Amino acid sequence: MLDNVIIGQYIPGTSVLHKMDPRAKLLGIFVFIFVVFLANNWLTYGILGVFAVAAVLLSQVSLRYMYKGLKPIFFIVIFTFILHILMTKQGEVVYDLGWFKIYDGGLRQGAFISLRLVYLVLVTSLLTLTTTPIDITDGLEYLLGPFKKVKLPVHEFALMMSISLRFIPTLLQETEKIMKAQMARGAEFTAGPVKERIKAFVPLLVPLFISSFKRAEDLALAMEARGYRGGEGRTRLRVLHWRFRDTGALFLLLILAAVLFMLRTHG
Amino acid sequence: MKELIKVNNVSFQYPSEENLTLAGLSLSVYKGEWLAVVGHNGSGKSTLAKLLNGLLLPGSGEVKVEDYTTANEEELWEIRRRVGIVFQNPDNQFVGTSVRDDVAFGLENFGVPREEMIKRIETSIARVNMQDFIESEPHHLSGGQKQRVAIAGIIAQKPSIIILDEATSMLDPMGRKEVIDTVKQLNEEEGITVISITHDLEEAVRADRVIVMKQGAILTAGSPREVFQNEALLLDAGLDLPFSLKLGVALRDYGVSLKEQHLTQEELVDALWTLKSAD
Repeated sequence: MLDNVIIGQYIPGTSVLHKMDPRAKLLGIFVFIFVVFLANNWLTYGILGVFAVAAVLLSQVSLRYMYKGLKPIFFIVIFTFILHILMTKQGEVVYDLGWFKIYDGGLRQGAFISLRLVYLVLVTSLLTLTTTPIDITDGLEYLLGPFKKVKLPVHEFALMMSISLRFIPTLLQETEKIMKAQMARGAEFTAGPVKERIKAFVPLLVPLFISSFKRAEDLALAMEARGYRGGEGRTRLRVLHWRFRDTGALFLLLILAAVLFMLRTHG
Repeated sequence: MKELIKVNNVSFQYPSEENLTLAGLSLSVYKGEWLAVVGHNGSGKSTLAKLLNGLLLPGSGEVKVEDYTTANEEELWEIRRRVGIVFQNPDNQFVGTSVRDDVAFGLENFGVPREEMIKRIETSIARVNMQDFIESEPHHLSGGQKQRVAIAGIIAQKPSIIILDEATSMLDPMGRKEVIDTVKQLNEEEGITVISITHDLEEAVRADRVIVMKQGAILTAGSPREVFQNEALLLDAGLDLPFSLKLGVALRDYGVSLKEQHLTQEELVDALWTLKSAD
């Protein structure tokens, strides 16, 4: 049952986006979040849309999978849209119900904000879809490197993340084992009223917690035995390769930002 | 023979315990030998292992590895590179997200340059016969395979001593054999000293030298043949005889006149089928 759990959402592939340096992808997304806010008319939102769709197509991630990822936010998108229709009272009245008027400004604003949300989710989910969690960790460690100067424990943070990633499957296997042991003794996890089902998880969580602490202690000892003493003087096996295409991709984003800046409605 | 480890009159007490876990223990380990340390739970044998590479520091006395002392913090890292420990639980000592990353962990800690690291990783993984699993994630490996990866991580550091701290106790018989055979090979071919902390007497029988511990002290030491001769002493240490010895004793009580002690099943079988043959 727990075999189907996908860790992160990484989908293996060989597309350009997969091959990009995780640092470039992280930086790119950071820039994109600001760029999205530059758009303020149909033309600029259109250009952004073309860009987002192009990125999705480049990633070669199946559209059905992308759609599945977007589904949870549809509610928020529709909610924002309706909220804007109700609240914004600008422009001409498009529809008049007497007690309640819909303005074209509201329609437009609602559409824009909804589009903005969809673009953001689309592009940011591309990061986790095309990058392995461990690559994201490495990328973050490099990018946050300068903050070591202000005593931010960047190395420790990255190591913590990679150890968590390493132990997720182990803990899932253990959960399954404990569950089976409890089921063999008559515990019921899948049927009954919600309250009962939640209660049934307590005897599952307690042993899991205890064994996790034991594991943590053992692991710390093993790490120390293997000469771990923090990030200082450490070399690394995994290295990231910044290639021409990474610079190119960031450059493209800056061009996009410049174009949007010129075409946006000023004033 | 060259002395690699010298434990000199070491006592150790855990803060939460009333009694000394180790009481004035002295011990030498020589280059290239396979030393088995056996004893009942709580005899202090695992504590001894942790003292040997400075995970614990002695309350009194001194632990020396080659020319380094564990009490000196600057020398601790030299000691930890030379003395690798394989722990009991295969899962809880696997740090990396893949076999390659895990073997790299120790090398990264000791600041080995990347080019050198890649070479060492490859040879040490091949040495424990895990080359087909180099990209594998830990949850796809068996216990025995994980322990072999742990051994690869240690030999990549070019150690002089490998300590097996009950490293086979959580494995199935197949995994146990895999791990012991791998370490045996390293011991014989590369002259790596092995200290095997175990309560599996079948494993201790294969050692060059056996130390029996009880209540933080050495009860007796010697070759397996010498040590296992003294049945009363083993029982006193809370240990059971290896199966072939036990069967030998039972046969003798039954009236079968076996001439000597038989440490392994093979020896016993040989003795039995030649029992009635004329000399």
